Amino acid sequence: MTFLSYAWNWLTAGQQWQGSDGIPLRVLQHLGYSALALLIAALVALPLGVAIGHVRRGAFAVVSVANFWRAIPTLGLLIMMVVWLGFSPLTWLIPLVALAIPPILVNSYEGVLGVDPDLTDAGAGMGMTGWQVLWRIEIPVALPLIMLGLRTAAIFIVATATIAAEIGTGGLGRYIIDGLAANDYGQVAGGGALVVLLALGVQVSFVGLRRLVVPAGLRKAGSS
Amino acid sequence: MIWSWIPQNLGLIEQLTLQNAYLGIVSALFGLVISVPLGVACARWSVLYPPVLSVTSALYAVPSLALFVVLIAYTGLSDLTVIIALTLFSLCVLVPNVVDGLRSVPEPVRQAATAMGFGTLRRLWQVELPVAIPVIIAGMRVATVSSISLASLGQLIGVSCLGYLFIDGLQRDFPTEIFLGIGLVVILALVADGALLAIRRLLTPWQRRARATAAPPSVLTPRQPAGQRSAQASAGAAS
Repeated sequence: MTFLSYAWNWLTAGQQWQGSDGIPLRVLQHLGYSALALLIAALVALPLGVAIGHVRRGAFAVVSVANFWRAIPTLGLLIMMVVWLGFSPLTWLIPLVALAIPPILVNSYEGVLGVDPDLTDAGAGMGMTGWQVLWRIEIPVALPLIMLGLRTAAIFIVATATIAAEIGTGGLGRYIIDGLAANDYGQVAGGGALVVLLALGVQVSFVGLRRLVVPAGLRKAGSS
Repeated sequence: MIWSWIPQNLGLIEQLTLQNAYLGIVSALFGLVISVPLGVACARWSVLYPPVLSVTSALYAVPSLALFVVLIAYTGLSDLTVIIALTLFSLCVLVPNVVDGLRSVPEPVRQAATAMGFGTLRRLWQVELPVAIPVIIAGMRVATVSSISLASLGQLIGVSCLGYLFIDGLQRDFPTEIFLGIGLVVILALVADGALLAIRRLLTPWQRRARATAAPPSVLTPRQPAGQRSAQASAGAAS
């Protein structure tokens, strides 16, 4: 039997679909954790990234943060929080937010910094104030990268929320961690398949969101 | 904190560190071996690039724990499961960097090589890939650091690595072990990063020469493609 047949058998068994550890509730938990963490991270990192891109300072600090960020083992961070704080909502929320900030910060910074100076000069020449240049030129032109940063952060959060099951949160990671502990590969495969679908769904919705918010003339740049 | 635990367990710590380094570095190297031919193909036949990019970024979106779980059905609870998963993740960073690197080769350089009688393969091997080295190594730095950090998740499926220190530390409520694990992962990643910087200096002596003589940037120094900064900035270690 392969992964798919294990996953299929588990997903179609029926009893997984109800109750306090049922699939619908686990999906909602996973999305809830992720959305809350992404929202807080965006509220912190977007204004900061745009601001330092606008004043064109702090490049070294931003690049260092981005490099260091990749080296941090997420599982270690989550476990350290448990040992420190015990188990509370902050235990998983702090690492999720902290890990989502760098990609949003760096991309919004790079996006605003990368705006062609001819454009901002033209805006200033037309009599725009600093705020108008920021809102009408720099942010719209930076949107492809800003969206890329949000998408990267979302992917990262969904993945970390899966691992957070190891420290006792709900969400879809529960099935994987519990299944591994119980040597029940059917449950592991079913949970894994759900996480893959959820992650791809998040990815696709960000691609769609990007199409909605990015001005048509900019869609070619940074389309990755 | 009980620091005396560290000297008493040096053997274990050394073994876990080496194993973690092995998993991360081998994955990044496999990623390089796959992404160079793939990137060359994408740079040459540009119709290939968008579908390849979609596949690699979809793979990258899959949480590593879920990918481990999928692979367990085929490769079991083994090193190979972790290495395959991390190799697949690294492609998302490496392929775009190989393509950007090759595209950054200035057209006059390419034409000069052709005029000197270089065939397609020789031009690729002796001119285009060397010029692309800085951009490719920039990608390798991201891929290696991410892989080393992600490899520590292998412990969740029972593959020995520095993640052992996290889980053992949690079970025994022993912060020293957890701190040590985090510290070692970060140090390992930064050492690998430094090594790649040194390799780049060795492989691209012309860049140093250009800087040392303060000459205007030579045509051989590739201009950083606009997309590259963003690719580096954005592609991170989704766990």
